[in-house]
Amino acid sequence: MTQNADHVLDHFELFRGPEYQQMLANKKKMFENPRDPAEVERVREWAKTPEYREKNFAREALTVNPAKACQPLGAVFAAVGFEGTIPFVHGSQGCVAYYRSHLSRHFKEPSSCVSSSMTEDAAVFGGLNNMIDGLANTYNMYKPKMIAVSTTCMAEVIGDDLNAFIKTAKEKGSVPAEYDVPFAHTPAFVGSHVTGYDNTMKGILEHFWDGKAGTAPKLERQPNDKINFIGGFDGYTVGNMREIKRIFKLMGVEYTILADNSDVWDTPTDGEFRMYDGGTTLEEAANAVHAKATLSMQEYCTEKTLPLIKAHGQEVVAFNHPIGVAATDHFLMEVSRLTGKEIPEELARERGRFVDAIADSSAHIHGKKFAIYGDPDLCLGLAAFLLELGAEPTHVLATNGTKAWAEKVQAVFDSSPFGKNCHVYPGKDLWHMRSLLFTEPVDFLIGNTYGKYLERDTGTPLIRIGFPIFDRHHHHRYPVWGYQGGMNVLVRILDKIFDEIDKNTNVPAKTDYSFDIIR
Amino acid sequence: MSLANTQSVAEIKARNKELIDEVLAVYPEKTAKRRAKHLNVHEAGKADCGVKSNLKSIPGVMTIRGCAYAGSKGVVWGPIKDMIHISHGPVGCGQYSWAARRNYYIGTTGIDTFVTMQFTSDFQEKDIVFGGDKKLAKIMDEIQELFPLNRGITVQSECPIGLIGDDIEAVSKTKSKEYDGKTIVPVRCEGFRGVSQSLGHHIANDSIRDWVFDKISPDAPPRFEPTPYDVAIIGDYNIGGDAWSSRILLEEMGLRVIAQWSGDGSLAELEATPKAKLNVLHCYRSMNYISRHMEEKYGIPWCEYNFFGPSKIAESLRKIAGFFDDKIKEGAERVIAKYQPLMDAVIARYRPRLEGKTVMLFVGGLRPRHVIGAYEDLGMEVVGTGYEFGHNDDYQRTAQHYVKDGTLIYDDVTGYEFEKFVEKIQPDLVGSGIKEKYVFQKMGVPFRQMHSWDYSGPYHGYDGFAIFARDMDMAINAPIWKMAKTPWKTVPKPTLMAAE
Repeated sequence: MTQNADHVLDHFELFRGPEYQQMLANKKKMFENPRDPAEVERVREWAKTPEYREKNFAREALTVNPAKACQPLGAVFAAVGFEGTIPFVHGSQGCVAYYRSHLSRHFKEPSSCVSSSMTEDAAVFGGLNNMIDGLANTYNMYKPKMIAVSTTCMAEVIGDDLNAFIKTAKEKGSVPAEYDVPFAHTPAFVGSHVTGYDNTMKGILEHFWDGKAGTAPKLERQPNDKINFIGGFDGYTVGNMREIKRIFKLMGVEYTILADNSDVWDTPTDGEFRMYDGGTTLEEAANAVHAKATLSMQEYCTEKTLPLIKAHGQEVVAFNHPIGVAATDHFLMEVSRLTGKEIPEELARERGRFVDAIADSSAHIHGKKFAIYGDPDLCLGLAAFLLELGAEPTHVLATNGTKAWAEKVQAVFDSSPFGKNCHVYPGKDLWHMRSLLFTEPVDFLIGNTYGKYLERDTGTPLIRIGFPIFDRHHHHRYPVWGYQGGMNVLVRILDKIFDEIDKNTNVPAKTDYSFDIIR
Repeated sequence: MSLANTQSVAEIKARNKELIDEVLAVYPEKTAKRRAKHLNVHEAGKADCGVKSNLKSIPGVMTIRGCAYAGSKGVVWGPIKDMIHISHGPVGCGQYSWAARRNYYIGTTGIDTFVTMQFTSDFQEKDIVFGGDKKLAKIMDEIQELFPLNRGITVQSECPIGLIGDDIEAVSKTKSKEYDGKTIVPVRCEGFRGVSQSLGHHIANDSIRDWVFDKISPDAPPRFEPTPYDVAIIGDYNIGGDAWSSRILLEEMGLRVIAQWSGDGSLAELEATPKAKLNVLHCYRSMNYISRHMEEKYGIPWCEYNFFGPSKIAESLRKIAGFFDDKIKEGAERVIAKYQPLMDAVIARYRPRLEGKTVMLFVGGLRPRHVIGAYEDLGMEVVGTGYEFGHNDDYQRTAQHYVKDGTLIYDDVTGYEFEKFVEKIQPDLVGSGIKEKYVFQKMGVPFRQMHSWDYSGPYHGYDGFAIFARDMDMAINAPIWKMAKTPWKTVPKPTLMAAE
């Protein structure tokens, strides 16, 4: 017997005991109809070959281990960034259970969201009654300041009309006529979670700016000197938003963050559960129309939102998840240009410290090859940063990346001699990445938690940057934007590099002559 | 600390009734009327818990429930390790359920085993408009080419499939023929079907009946020689290794486990199960259907058991042994005796730290009753419980064998209700899921996830109970819970009703 009351063995130790090992071996041999181990080994080796890669890349229908989620996840992400707002997803209820779980597993926070719980009868007759009852219940129970409606694929396939449904629900008294219920259609079979973020952001701004679905006069823009800031779908939103606010404060910039979810996903444990916390006030959201300009940190999260804002007369500027020295320089100089505020000495010193840090460490990163996957903007930001470090972003892959995105990544490669042998893979998945890592190995892989399967199978060390990160805690609290954020990314990369060097040099009397104390 | 210890049963009942009235007050009238039927205070001696169940969730209330797809792909089919389960439809469902349930298995992932992978048809607008059958057929071809060692394929339907009129059965039949009778199972588990995960379990059970059992040739030679002691474990998903720490006990008492449904299970095990002499059923809710079917069609008896905590384990081992001869009965006694010192040591270590602590549960279709014995073995008391997707037969079992007089019962609890109940009752521990975890921890209430074992486990069997006890202790007695309140902010003491 292996289990012990004084030293309780967990699953990872318990089942390695001889009783369990024997039991599992018998189970396999007797009952599982196992494949011949030699055959398993043959296929395992074959799956590493260029031949397999070719077949793998010839796939036209099957997706295996994609690095993207569906639109409503992004809708929920954007909606909770507004004060007192509850996301209401119209359609099947299981979807909402999934979004809430997914977000909670990443942020280690509660994630509140409701569903209109449509079932078979709603599939036949439409979900109008679900909308009417659902809005009334949510309004009464959770006392939100705003209910932001989006859709699951079920509601989209049967063609439910949110605008008409919400109007009818208001007429039936579900919520007061003047109550804010912005909406966005977010079909899961179009785009990805970043598209859902975009549609929801656009829906909310349209609601406030363009007459609340025909129930109020459109806002007349009276330009002021403020700027709007949109972060996009970002796993680091907690740390990033706070860093951006600190930077704006240092610069003396007057700003409105649209969808600020940094508080709702970082609530204190002090005896009180806060369903809502922080966020962009509804007044700020409305007044954002008057701003001078809007900055989007993620172009591909705001492809529809920015044209809407531009059409209201603002200048719009989009970045691609800026990480690193040059990207942060560009961001700050754009903020400075748009606001007329100078970049203070303090930020110049932060920049200098960041450059100093890179100079100190660059020898360990220079020339290393990386594979990156993630959302389109994050990939761009990371690729540019790696080039800045003298590293090579050899494979850059985004399952939700388009051809236009790929061209943009190629332009980043072309801007540096280190980008010469680098390739971009739009629309591919992590099973494609597996073939790439076997046939064109790199030194490190950058990606989200699912990358650990690639690390296991290919031996490529994984640096966890992206969304979701389920199996490491608290990374989302640390910014990756700004010079200080860049420093965090640098340190995360370096830690992995040094850990790997140590791991490869720690065999006593064999390799440990290189087990250096100073690096 | 719980107030429950200082109150009489009558007082607790009165308080719980008052609490129910209080939460119902927030709802619009129609909703209050519907929700009232799902909330109750248990009366000892009653045949069930006095609540309605397995009814539609109410829109907008923040139900904790999932969908039929989650019940089929996430629970029943997903863990079958040597088959490839296609999440058929848009990308999200498969993505959010990817490797999230901790169904442990042994195998070379991506080569002969596929549990922690996400295979999806990633529907695009054109697939909705023109239908996805051709794409599905092509996907099966690509699976055959790239994953040649797979033993079979299942098609796990997402919402759009049933709405756009795709014929996944026809595609499955055609492809099965093309691949020499390969097992290909179409599953109609679209998320809008039914009211929760529960219908997905049923649909998945039926699909095994129709597309696995009914395809087995009666003259196919058995893969092994049968023995009088062959049993199958039904309804154990091997979360954190649960089925393994259960299997070892059954084998130690002299039985032979020929199949695991479905944690660490394989297609061969599903196919072999009609040869079992007894099906032992852990999760009644998700797999009673197939057990009943095997009883009717193959004459295999089935027996429910409970491997949470030493009291229920011993009771269950004896119950299972009752189906066999003296050799097995003696085997059961031997196993119980073997583990007694370990159980004594675990209880001696943890019971003093947990005695009198109160628990509120809200889990799926089995654990809201099944874990109660394990808590009681540690001297703890379950003061509230409810099912996410239980049916009336679950509430009957709960009332007749598990809960105490005055226990608060909440079926398909809403976020609002659960929060208010816990706020007022102030249990020492809440056991529920990931969506609930942080809500209660923010309130300063210790919490354990009782779906995923909070990334720990196994909790089944004697080896699992040691981990269970250790985990409950570390949750409740973590020093951090004493620090939730900010020391310089004074809080007025709650006025107790009894103080008047």
